[in-house]
Amino acid sequence: MTESQFGVFGIDPWWLVLLKVLAIFVMLVLLTLFTIWWERRVVSRMQNRIGPNRVGPFGLLQSLMDGFKLALKEEIIPKAAHLGVYWIAPVISATAAFLAFAVIPFGPTVSIFGVETPLQLTDFPVSVLYILAIASIGIYGIVLAGWSSGSTYPLLGGLRSSAQMISYEIAMGMSFVAVFLYAGSMATSEIVSAQEPIWFAVILLPSFLIYVTSMVGETNRAPFDLPEAEGELVGGFHTEYSSLKFAMFFLAEYINMVTVSALATTLFLGGWLAPWPLSLWESANTGWWPLLWWLAKVQIFIFIFIWLRATLPRLRYDQFMKFGWKVLIPASIIWIMIVAAARVLRNDIDFSNRELLIIGAVVIAVLLVGSWLAQVVIDRRDTARKLALEEIENRAYDPIAGGFPVPPVPGQQAVLTSRRTASPVVQQEAIDG
Amino acid sequence: MTEVNLGEEIVFWISGGLAVLGALGMILSKKAVHSALWVALTMINLAILYIANSAPFLGMVQVIVYTGAVMMLFLFVLMVVGVDSSDSLIETLKGQRLVSIVLAIGLGILLIAGVGAGLTDVVPVGLEEANGIDGGNVEGIARLLFTDYLIAFEVTSVLLITAALGAMVLAHRERWLPRASQAELSRSRFLGAGHPGNLPSSGTYARHNAVDTPALLPDGSPSELSIPGPLVARGDVRPIDHHDVDQIESRGGGTK
Repeated sequence: MTESQFGVFGIDPWWLVLLKVLAIFVMLVLLTLFTIWWERRVVSRMQNRIGPNRVGPFGLLQSLMDGFKLALKEEIIPKAAHLGVYWIAPVISATAAFLAFAVIPFGPTVSIFGVETPLQLTDFPVSVLYILAIASIGIYGIVLAGWSSGSTYPLLGGLRSSAQMISYEIAMGMSFVAVFLYAGSMATSEIVSAQEPIWFAVILLPSFLIYVTSMVGETNRAPFDLPEAEGELVGGFHTEYSSLKFAMFFLAEYINMVTVSALATTLFLGGWLAPWPLSLWESANTGWWPLLWWLAKVQIFIFIFIWLRATLPRLRYDQFMKFGWKVLIPASIIWIMIVAAARVLRNDIDFSNRELLIIGAVVIAVLLVGSWLAQVVIDRRDTARKLALEEIENRAYDPIAGGFPVPPVPGQQAVLTSRRTASPVVQQEAIDG
Repeated sequence: MTEVNLGEEIVFWISGGLAVLGALGMILSKKAVHSALWVALTMINLAILYIANSAPFLGMVQVIVYTGAVMMLFLFVLMVVGVDSSDSLIETLKGQRLVSIVLAIGLGILLIAGVGAGLTDVVPVGLEEANGIDGGNVEGIARLLFTDYLIAFEVTSVLLITAALGAMVLAHRERWLPRASQAELSRSRFLGAGHPGNLPSSGTYARHNAVDTPALLPDGSPSELSIPGPLVARGDVRPIDHHDVDQIESRGGGTK
């Protein structure tokens, strides 16, 4: 690719790129340590406990110490493990987690050592798709960990994870479509600047809700943490992992939490743009201040993650799948249709707001009447079916109805026939008679 | 020919090499899961090559669709079915090895000749022009898909939907009765005959915890529920050592 193809991106000197990479890496590791501590403290408070408070001020260094301990622990590798894959799985997980942050915008253009540069490692026209792609590579780590452990529970965890990933990625991807339509771009920096007057969370609320739901499913967090459900699968995909390899999964999970929170911030909460009362202050969106707004928004999402974990019980697997396929995906499809139709009417056919509202009201009325009619038809069909079923059940069981051997329907009593008796009909007559 | 700069060349040799490595690994690995992983490596490297060739959208879609969804489905099936053993090496088709080698070499020659001619004889029109018409790669693809190739695009999607519906019809099973709800299941479990909860595990309060050792009830008698039926049928149940039970009781562990 030729340089400076994409605005202010791709023209940084090499040392600045290196500096940004290092800063993102350090920030993610620190955020992980902080999030673990924060989660333990918040969950403790919600359960009337205090939580870690011994190491460092407010127990802040607890997760650092735990990390050291975890890394120095003895490593146990199962004999049945497929070694190569077993080794590479945590590496894939952790690497993918870090990679996604390359396109997250932290702030506007600032001056670092005299060079004007945006607070973002890089950006390109399809950077949101890039994050989706990296997320789908990251899931390989989990699936492979489950398979390569050579043990049943991890395998089940890995299977669940791959099914979960495929299902929730669809809803997630579709929640982006409305944002792309409104921003007119798939580049994160342009999506942020397209939210200057109003955030997409406000005008695209259904997309926002769908994304927030599917991002919890995507990160394997409670109440959607089925791949590692400790009540059912011991530890799920990481049951057989210990020491530093387990630590890498742990790290990946927390970084993924930060990543999806950052993506939600970027796509729906205006990224680094200052929230309303602060945005009245003129220089709120310049210099280094936006980094603070960005961090605050991400922390709100992380707090919601923790809150969910402390509040909700884990979903049953079939309920979870049903929710993804039968609620989230249809809802996103309908919402995308509405958004697209509204935009075409506004932009190309030149309808006014008032006409749009009237059309919307008509559509909703038609939908309501239609759904009522559909319900009437369904009810009638169900009653007819029920009656037919009752009739079948009440009918005496004929093992060779119509000349063919047939099994009893539920509710009918099967007739025990012996092969020695002449025919079932004879026996049936004996019972009836 | 357009100029190839140094960075592009480095990317090509690394990604191209890895893609070939993945392809070879796919053929040469004995385990089906390993083959699937090598294919994933090849796909990711192809995506990198697409991006390096100014087709970022294609590259990303390649990773999301092929690596993220298709290959993941493959892995899912492989893991469920558990294809672990390597196939037998006995050839069922006579002489297929020779024929396949000849065909492979022929295909290789054709490909090399075709691509080689394409690279040397054809003058590229220019990526900048192609991407510049609509203001970008993504916009260009979108315009082509929804104007010139609309019919092809829609027909493909009809095909895919038909395939999905067909799969659903094949897998469909008519229900005679409405599915029992959780409340109904629970009611039938507790009101019906049989043990409502988990069966007691073997060896509870006994001296051993092997499956053939029955759990002891509070009065010291063995619990028959704690032993698997087949063991009882085979007569493999370990008898209760009443000396052990007395010993526990004498320590104040039980009452009589």
